[in-house]
Amino acid sequence: MYRYDEFDQDLVNERVEQFRRQVARRLNGELNEDQFKPLRLMNGLYLQLHAYMLRINVPYGCLSSRQLRTLAHIARVYDKGFGHFTTRQNLQFNWVKLEDIPDVLAALAEVEMHCIQSSGNCIRNITSDQYAGRAKDELEDPRVFCEIIRQWYTLHPEFAYLPRKFKIAVTGSPNDRAAVQVHDIGLRMHLNSSGEPGFEVIVGGGQGRTPHIGKTIRDWLPEEHLLSYLEAILRVYNLYGRRDNIYKARIKILVNHLGIKEFRRQVAEEWEYIKDGALHIPDEEFARINAYFAPPAYERLDDLGQELNGLRETTDEFDAWMQSNVAEHKVAGYAIVNLSLKGPDRPPGDLTADQMDAVADLADRYSFGELRVNHRQNLVFVDVKQSELKELWGKLKALGLATANIGYASDMICCPGLDYCALANARSIPIAEQITERFEDLKHLHAIGDLTINISGCVNACGHHHVGNIGILGVDKKGEEYYQFTLGGSSNQNASLGDRTGPGFSADDAAGAVETIVNTYLNVRHNGEPFLDTYRRVGMAPFKEALYGTD
Amino acid sequence: MALIRNGALARDSFKNAAGRSELPDHGAVLVGLDQWREHRDPLLRRGERIGLLLLSDQHPEAIAADVHYFDLIALEFPGFRDGRAYSYARLLRERFKFTGELRAVGDVLLEQLHYMHRVGFNSFDLDSRQPLEEWKTAAGEFSVWYQPTADGRATATELRHWRNNQLRASAI
Amino acid sequence: MQQMVIANALRDGLVVFLTANGRWVNAIADGAVASDTDRAQRLADIALEAEQRCQVIGPELIEIELKDGLRQPVHIREAIRANGPIVRGHPGESGEGHGT
Ligand code: SF4
Repeated sequence: MYRYDEFDQDLVNERVEQFRRQVARRLNGELNEDQFKPLRLMNGLYLQLHAYMLRINVPYGCLSSRQLRTLAHIARVYDKGFGHFTTRQNLQFNWVKLEDIPDVLAALAEVEMHCIQSSGNCIRNITSDQYAGRAKDELEDPRVFCEIIRQWYTLHPEFAYLPRKFKIAVTGSPNDRAAVQVHDIGLRMHLNSSGEPGFEVIVGGGQGRTPHIGKTIRDWLPEEHLLSYLEAILRVYNLYGRRDNIYKARIKILVNHLGIKEFRRQVAEEWEYIKDGALHIPDEEFARINAYFAPPAYERLDDLGQELNGLRETTDEFDAWMQSNVAEHKVAGYAIVNLSLKGPDRPPGDLTADQMDAVADLADRYSFGELRVNHRQNLVFVDVKQSELKELWGKLKALGLATANIGYASDMICCPGLDYCALANARSIPIAEQITERFEDLKHLHAIGDLTINISGCVNACGHHHVGNIGILGVDKKGEEYYQFTLGGSSNQNASLGDRTGPGFSADDAAGAVETIVNTYLNVRHNGEPFLDTYRRVGMAPFKEALYGTD
Repeated sequence: MALIRNGALARDSFKNAAGRSELPDHGAVLVGLDQWREHRDPLLRRGERIGLLLLSDQHPEAIAADVHYFDLIALEFPGFRDGRAYSYARLLRERFKFTGELRAVGDVLLEQLHYMHRVGFNSFDLDSRQPLEEWKTAAGEFSVWYQPTADGRATATELRHWRNNQLRASAI
Repeated sequence: MQQMVIANALRDGLVVFLTANGRWVNAIADGAVASDTDRAQRLADIALEAEQRCQVIGPELIEIELKDGLRQPVHIREAIRANGPIVRGHPGESGEGHGT
């Protein structure tokens, strides 16, 4: 894991003191809300419906047990005892006081965390594959590039006041677990014809009001040129992105307006000037950062195979958990374990302070003290010995974090919605609760198989509804909460945006509509065919008929 | 309004004629892009210092070949959220090699001075009661920089490698 | 039509209601209710001033009604603001939000 040196630490400490002064200026009335708002946003501080909300960066989803303990402490002392993991792999606290924020930031700084640029019209927290460095299908560890990019964008003086927010995601593997095609910039590593690794650069993807799948601006970019090329894209965007209408200000609108060819030309022209300049990444810098991500001290083990199968046969529940929550590791004898934050007892993505402490202890005991956050709002232990899986499962189960549903219907992405969010049109958490209830039966859940259900409380699409196999969008219909459905969305390597089913459903009918969709799928699917494939094969017609009847 | 130039309170010796129909008879003058285009020759003949004001939708590319005529280029921030001038400033300094006074005018907030300074501004039109103190606070807020920019200060990456080389050298 | 002024307090961000004597309270039951436009306007003026003095953020007039003898904002968004999130597993929130 990356560790701050004195430079990183000084910068974060200085930022805390800067914001302490800004908060003081706000509290004594020198700054009004209009002036303060962009400053607090660039420190991750929102004003929500009930209180201030603080969004803490978890850079590319990597978290240490020590950091998680500090988060637990903050949850207890400054909040109401819980936190919420988001689709940007971040953590949000919902009840912090403005006057406490400088102290909270200081506590975070002590464990190398901060809220810089977790909101505002600037480059946001970079996201990546939660299996980075451990996945079997990976070409290179994307965290190295993420960290280099993170430093480049942190307090970047030229790009602090962009037309709109800007999100970057990186994947080092052909199987995209980081949704790179729906980011302002997505970086997908692959090999060129001579077998050298480099990045496909995808630009102009995004969700929100006008969703777009990104377009390839460059098929293969050498790693050493990563920063200069990003800077060229950002500069063209900063200069020509629209500033007159916030709904048209994202880079996707500019790319669409100019066309990818013209946009590519402008970026190339800009890049020519800066490509071999100071942003060129020297080998020694790659080596320096790479060293932080050296693999932990694995033991020499064999894959368990038979033995594990034997264990699985003894307990159905453990077997189901192994099936859905455990993924292959590239090192023999180890496994990747997903902790489900989608149990029946709490809103999706929430974790209590006690759970945080307990998870931190488990991370120390079973996974070299590290964990990851994924963009589906779950946690991951990436280095668990196969021989300890059963034991770990038992402990996670006791914490309510072993629901065997990763990737399945009840593993929903769900934004805070109208229960918290000042921009929301409708609640999303109660809809998720109702859906969870309908898919409580494990056998049924597993029989349905891979299915992503994503819920957003408004068009801003923090809940990624456009790219859910089933997408649910809350809208306000004459003061009442309504839910529009889309089908066929996906954020993996073959990303697609969902299609609207038709008129929306009331809060009472939404979960029923999900069940209708799932039953229709079960009726028409071929053997072993996941929901997305079935939808792509049969199209909307049978679902429409089931939802709305034939007339 | 107060002017901070190169870290000190300064007097603005440029008469602001931007957008006016008449130019003052003598003395340093600040003109807009249209005026520069129209009165370029008479302005040069005056033999006095010339300042140019660029609005936030006026790309400095338009005067890239002329930068050496200007003693001052003022870039406008119509609202603090409009960040185009940050890019313009870097282009002026790094690409068009402008070495004169680069001034931030318009909605210039204390909180932004740090960024402005880093992209190459060396003077600031501040609407403030304590401009000098504000400038000092803002300028001293950070001691670490990750990005190479026109201000020429060493980045964290450069300092790290420099330090590592020192360590290596002293180990031998 | 009955109206109240709702806002967020500057220091802690919590939801507050304006009282008749210009104070801000967390409980909707303690806030002032204006039953005509003149009075509503007067409340709005006081609120605006409080905003300028950096006491509260984003004050607005909202419509309320009586439900089972208790004041409730008519619009769902404000009702949730007044009552707190109704979310299972958030101790202390469900049904006893800070606004009631
Ligand atoms: S999607 Fe809308 S309701 Fe949900 S968190 Fe984002 S802004 Fe709020």
